[in-house]
Amino acid sequence: MELTLGPIAYHWSAEKKRDFYARIADEAPVSTVYLGEVICSKRAPFFDKELPETIERLERAGKRVVLSSLAEVMLPRERKATADLAQMEHPEIEINNAAGLLARNTRPHRIGPFLNAYSEATIAWMVEQGATHVCLPTEMPAEAIAVAAAAGSELGVGIEVQVFGRAPLAVSARCYHARAHSRTKDNCQFICEEDPDGMPLSTRDDQAILRVNGIQTQSESYIELLDELPGLAEMGVTHARLLPQDVDMVAVAEIFADRLAARIEAAEARARLAEICEGRDFSNGFFHGAAGYRRIEAAARG
Amino acid sequence: MTETQMMTSPSQRRLVPVGLLCAALRPVLGRVVRRIAQHHPEMFERIAPYQKSDFVIVPVELPFALHLRPDPEAPMLRAVPQDRLPEHDARIEGRFFTLLELVDGESDGDAAFFSRDLTISGNTEAVVSLRNALDDVDGSVAQETADSFGPPGRAFLSMLRRRSARQ
Amino acid sequence: MSPTDFSTAGELVCPAGTPAALRTAVDAGADSVYCGFRNATNARNFPGLNFTPEELEASVAYAHARGARVLLALNTYPPAGKVDLWREAAAIGARVGVDAFIVADMGVARHIAQTHPGSRLHLSVQAAASSPEAIRYYCENFGVKRVVLPRILTIPEIRAIKSEIPCEIETFIFGNHGLMVEGRCSLTNWMSGLSTNMDGVCSPAADVTYEREADGSMRSCLSGFTIDHFAPDENAGYPTICKGRYVAPHRPEGYYAFEEPVSLNLGRLLPELMEAGVHAFKIEGRQRSKSYVRSVVRSFRQAVDAIRAGAEPDLANLVALTEGQKETQGAFRSKKWR
Repeated sequence: MELTLGPIAYHWSAEKKRDFYARIADEAPVSTVYLGEVICSKRAPFFDKELPETIERLERAGKRVVLSSLAEVMLPRERKATADLAQMEHPEIEINNAAGLLARNTRPHRIGPFLNAYSEATIAWMVEQGATHVCLPTEMPAEAIAVAAAAGSELGVGIEVQVFGRAPLAVSARCYHARAHSRTKDNCQFICEEDPDGMPLSTRDDQAILRVNGIQTQSESYIELLDELPGLAEMGVTHARLLPQDVDMVAVAEIFADRLAARIEAAEARARLAEICEGRDFSNGFFHGAAGYRRIEAAARG
Repeated sequence: MTETQMMTSPSQRRLVPVGLLCAALRPVLGRVVRRIAQHHPEMFERIAPYQKSDFVIVPVELPFALHLRPDPEAPMLRAVPQDRLPEHDARIEGRFFTLLELVDGESDGDAAFFSRDLTISGNTEAVVSLRNALDDVDGSVAQETADSFGPPGRAFLSMLRRRSARQ
Repeated sequence: MSPTDFSTAGELVCPAGTPAALRTAVDAGADSVYCGFRNATNARNFPGLNFTPEELEASVAYAHARGARVLLALNTYPPAGKVDLWREAAAIGARVGVDAFIVADMGVARHIAQTHPGSRLHLSVQAAASSPEAIRYYCENFGVKRVVLPRILTIPEIRAIKSEIPCEIETFIFGNHGLMVEGRCSLTNWMSGLSTNMDGVCSPAADVTYEREADGSMRSCLSGFTIDHFAPDENAGYPTICKGRYVAPHRPEGYYAFEEPVSLNLGRLLPELMEAGVHAFKIEGRQRSKSYVRSVVRSFRQAVDAIRAGAEPDLANLVALTEGQKETQGAFRSKKWR
C-alpha cells in the first residue's frame, strides 16, 4: 500500500503552499501528491500561476502528481475550470464532480472522494468509462471498503482511502466563513485565510465538534487510521490518503510510512502522532461503522 | 362518562376522586384500543419495534394521563392519575386540544411536536413511530372511535372539539 | 391522459410517507406522488414511515385509477456489498408499475437502465447535479428524463440551465429549506453512526433527545451533542445539525452557523418558474402528516390551475400555510445569501 497526500482543503497563501510542497517534494515519504483547489473556485487564481513549477518540482523529486477538480460546479468560472482541467493530457486528473466526467468522457482519469463511488457496481461503471483509480468516500465502513477494494483489484484499478486528517462532512452553496463574519460569498475578502486548519464550531455548551472551511464543513477531530493500516492493506486497498492539515505533514507522513513498513508498533506511532498534532483529537468511528467522531480502541474491537 | 368528568375545571377536580375517574374510564378506553387494533392492524405493524413500549400521554389541564401500550396481542389504553404515572419509555405532554388534533388527523402534528406546544421526553423514535403510525389511518381515529359509540359518541367528540378549540 | 404521460408542464409532485398520505395527495389533486420503501433505499428511511411492496402495489393502483402517477424514490447510495437491496427495490417497482424511478447513484441508474429498459429515470436532488454538464452526464449515460435541481439556484440560473439540457426540470417549491449540497453530507453519520447517503437517515429520532432545564429552556440534542438551546418562549426545532446554533471564535453568543430554520415557499414565484422552463414542482415533506399533505397540495393545485387558466393564483392561501413560521424564497430570488 502506498501513501498519498490529498489536496489542501484550506485557503493557504501561495507562499505557504509553495514552501509546503517544496518540503513535501524533498522529504515526505508519499508516492503521489494531489494538487489543486477542490473547495472554492474563488481561491484558485492565487496558486494557479505557481502550479506548473510546483508540478515540476514534485515530479523531479519522484512524486506522481495528480490535479484534483472542484467538488462543486455551478458558476460559469467553475464550469470553465472543470472543462479546462478535463482537457489536460499531463499530469493525471482526479474528478470530483459529474460535470468533469462529461468533459473527460472515456479518457483516463481518477475518481475523487466527492463523486460518491460507494459500491462495486458504481466503481465498475466508472472504470468502464475510463476511471483508473478511485478514492472512496470518507464515511465508508470497513466491510464496504473490503468489497470495493476487491472489486478494484479485479478491475485492475487503484482504491484509495483517507487515513489522516479532518473528515470532509459536507459542502454547501453558501460560504460559512463569510457568514460567520456577516459577509456574503461574493464579498468574502478571503476571510477563510485566517483559519489555515479550519474555523472551529462548538456547541453552545462548549463541545468542539465541527470546523468550517469556506463552503465546506469538516470534523473537529482528525481521522487517524494507524491501527487499521495493516487491515486496509489486507483488504486490497492500494493507497492511503493523508489530508494536509496545518501541522508538520512530513512528520505525519513519516509516521504512517514507518507504521506501514512495520518499523514501529501502532502504540508508538500513535504517541508520535499525538505529539506532532498537539491539542487535536483523533477519530476512527467511520471505519468501524460507528459514529464518525468516536475513537474505538483496538482492545474494544470484537 | 359525562362532560363534567372529562373537562373538569380545577375547582371541580377535587369533587371527583381521580382514582375513581380512572377506574370509570377503564372499560371505555379498553374498548377503544381493542377496536383500533382490530380495524387497523397495519397501524400496529408500523410501530413494530415499539409494540411492547409504554407511552404516557399527559393532557396538562386534566388530572389524569393515558397509558398506552400498542401491543396488537394485548393492546392497552388506560387512564392513570398524573401523580402516579407508571414506568414508561416515552412521554408526550401537551394541552388536550393539541393531543386531540394529533389523533384527529386534522392538523399537522409536526408543528406541535417540534414547537413548544408539545413536550416529548424519553424515546423520541418511539414517539415519531407512533405519530407516523397514527397518520396512516384514513380519516380520523378519533372520529372512527366516536362513531363506534353511535350518536352519543359523535356528540361527545363534537363537544370535545368545540370546547378544546375555545380554550 | 394516461398516468405515465408526463408531458403537461406545471406538474405537481407531492410527498407521501404512508399509503394514507398518498391517497390524500391524489385526492387533493397531485399529478404525481413520490414515495419509498421501508428501508435504506430512499432518503427518508424514518421510523414508522414508508411503504411495503404490497402497500406500494395497492397505492399505484389507487393513483393510476385516478389519473395520478407514482414515482419511486431509490435515491440513496448503496454501499459496496449491499447493492442487492436496491436492485430488489427496483424490480418490485418495475413489477408494480411505478411511473418513474428517482435515482442518485450511478450504479443504481445504470442497473435500472439496463435491467428495466423503458423505465423512466428522474435524477434525484441527492445526485447534486447543479450544472448543465453534470445533468447531461446523467441524461447521456442513463437516459435520465428529468432532473430535480438542488435548492441553491436562482431563477436566471435555472433558465440558463434549461437552455442547455435535454431533459425536464423539477424544482422544490415548498418545504424544508436546505443549503447543504444534498447527497454530499455526512454530518449525521459523524454524530450518530447512521449515514444519510447509505442508510437514508438524517438526524435519526432514536438519537434525538429533548432536555428541559429548570428555567423552562430546552436543549435539543443529537447523540448527546447540543444542537440547539431554546429560551422558554422560543419556538423549538428538530435537532438537524445544519439548523443548529453554534459558537465560533467571532460569534461567542452562538448563531445559526449554517442556516436559519426557515421553510421554503415559492408560491409567489410559480409563474416565473414556469416561464423559466420548470416542468414540475416538488413539495417536500414525506415525513410530514397527511393533513400537511392535504392542505399544501390543495393550495398548490388551485394555484397551478389558476396560472394555467391565465388567472391570478390565490397566493394568500399559500402564504397562510407557513403562517406563524418563518418562510423564505431561499436561493431562488437572489444569490446574496451565498
